[in-house]
Amino acid sequence: MKKKVMAFLAATMMVGTILVGCGNNAATNKGTKHSAALVTDGGGIDDKSFNQSAWEGLQSWGKSHNLQKGLNGYNYAQSSDDSDFLPNINKLIKAKYATIFGIGYKLDNAISSAAKANPNTNFAIIDSVVTGHKNVASVTFKTEQSSFLAGVAAAETTKTNKVGFVGGIQSDVIKTFEAGFKQGVKAVNPNIQVDVKYAGSFTKADVGQSLATAMFNNNEDVIFHAAGGTGAGVFTAAKNSAKNGKKVWVIGVDQDQKADGAYKGGNVTLASAVKKVGTAVKDLSNQAMKNKFPGGKVVTYDLEDNGVGIVNDNMSASAWKVVQSYQQKIKDGTIKVAAK
Amino acid sequence: MFNKSFKGLSTALISIIAGFIVGAIAMLVFGYDPLQNYQNLLVGSLGDIYSIGETLRNMIPLILTGLGFAVASKAGFFNIGGPGQYLMGWFGTIAFALHFSQLPGIILIIGALLCGALAGGIWSLIAGVLRAYFGTSEVITTIMLNYIALYFVNFAVKNWLAAKGSDSSPNIARKASLNTHFLQELTHNSTFNWGFFIALVIVGLVWIYFNKTRSGFEIKAVGINEAASKYAGVNVKRTIVIAMLLSGVLAGLGGAIDGLGNFQNISVSNNLPNVGFNGMAVALLAAENPIGIVFAALLFSALQIGGLSISVYSNTPSEIVEIVIAAIIFFVAIKYVFERFLKKSWLTRKQQAKKEGADK
Repeated sequence: MKKKVMAFLAATMMVGTILVGCGNNAATNKGTKHSAALVTDGGGIDDKSFNQSAWEGLQSWGKSHNLQKGLNGYNYAQSSDDSDFLPNINKLIKAKYATIFGIGYKLDNAISSAAKANPNTNFAIIDSVVTGHKNVASVTFKTEQSSFLAGVAAAETTKTNKVGFVGGIQSDVIKTFEAGFKQGVKAVNPNIQVDVKYAGSFTKADVGQSLATAMFNNNEDVIFHAAGGTGAGVFTAAKNSAKNGKKVWVIGVDQDQKADGAYKGGNVTLASAVKKVGTAVKDLSNQAMKNKFPGGKVVTYDLEDNGVGIVNDNMSASAWKVVQSYQQKIKDGTIKVAAK
Repeated sequence: MFNKSFKGLSTALISIIAGFIVGAIAMLVFGYDPLQNYQNLLVGSLGDIYSIGETLRNMIPLILTGLGFAVASKAGFFNIGGPGQYLMGWFGTIAFALHFSQLPGIILIIGALLCGALAGGIWSLIAGVLRAYFGTSEVITTIMLNYIALYFVNFAVKNWLAAKGSDSSPNIARKASLNTHFLQELTHNSTFNWGFFIALVIVGLVWIYFNKTRSGFEIKAVGINEAASKYAGVNVKRTIVIAMLLSGVLAGLGGAIDGLGNFQNISVSNNLPNVGFNGMAVALLAAENPIGIVFAALLFSALQIGGLSISVYSNTPSEIVEIVIAAIIFFVAIKYVFERFLKKSWLTRKQQAKKEGADK
């Protein structure tokens, strides 16, 4: 028995070494220009939302400058727990990435302390403001504006005069979505009811599904979600209702979520209130490359500079027209959307 | 005794090697280079003073939640409440440190740690009392208590500790931190802190408790046979409560030390902390031996911290480490099946031999 195990071990080792011979080495880039990397906030780079959008932005930045994923290029470090934030950032610093992004407000503490210890590295924090460091740029989004337009789209589409909002965790950032959405709905028709529910998590699709199912059963026919991965459950609930012949819609968030709403026989994604984290990551990486990194500053993205916006997925032509007219009014400044 | 622990050690080693082989096969299948990745993993966990500091720090909560699980398990209970008890401990500590921030440093630290340990202990005590006096399955109550802890802590942080609109509490005073300037310099700014030494002392205490005290012996006796212990005069109900209480105190202390040493604050969390579950894996790999838990925690910690390097230095996704960890646990688990199977066939053979002897 023992002999067999040993033989198996030896064989595996041998196969291992042979195959290693033809394996590829880590991607490295010659002719260093600039390198940038991001640290996720707990979701993966494939979360169909926030982190994915940031990673796609970084990838597109890297590709536009002929960089490769890996050292001296662009890269990511995924956090599975809050205690991974600082080790991840420090690993990227040791690997000599020049600009490091913290994706999400949860990383503000870690970014702040890493920035203090490493004054020569650029840091950027998304969705939070870190002050007191000359090498940290804070990036915020006026998501209340895009959410306002989502509210208009919902109000123009609802047949039951009841719409819903599903949020992730009740935080300042998510509250801006809720506030904008409510204002948008009320701007079109103050008699429409807005039902607000929070899942308490950005990663619980099951909770999202049960919340949304309850909302659809309550005759709410449009739901706007600002809940990251929890939102996947909202889409599932909508598709199930749609298959049973109910006409319901979901408004996606962060990315264009049209693909998430597709089912055999239709699509439940009405529109998507996009927040272009990727654009921000790309912009800042470019600025860092040109030695113009906005360290110490707060960079705000809004409708005007296309940092946030609304994408028409399945809106009726008349609804889309109304949404566009409101969009113009916000850009003009005739309508001011409050963040709270 | 020696033979038993030697057997445990060899099965653990076989499981670890088998786990690494499974990981290597997974990497080969997906076209990644296992040798290079294992090298990155080793360098990333133990390659320099910073990484060593980080790996040792990551061991602290693994050791303590592992010990917590082991204590309950010795008494025959499956305490899945580690994550909740860890979270309660973390919360209790930060709440104390923030509320009594005017106290002098050392008293503040001791008070905060005790408060955290107590919070964790109370949490498991609920399950212990329910089990001892009402016979409620501790597996179910501890799982449920995990969620109560998660949402209670989220609520409490949001409403009592955090500034309005914020999701995390302010940071504790510098004097309350277990992470001193000296240690930061020593380990090149890693999160290594004095909590590591506290954890090692606790390991020693738990070992003494089980091997040298009456109460520890009673816990083991109840674990082996509840009815026989009762007959022998052990107060079974009290022993169950003590075992569960200790279990939660240890896990809570894990959260407390992480709070003071690593995080310095507490924030609203999406999920239960993984470390509570990983502690169970550590205890299982170590066959619930306190000394073994230290080494199992070192292995898991190195895998986790080194694993973060994998995606930085190659194109391999860092999830590959999860496969290795899961495979190790899997082999530890089937070891029990394997052993039981061997034992059975050995017994039947022995019986057969006996029978044959009788026939003659």
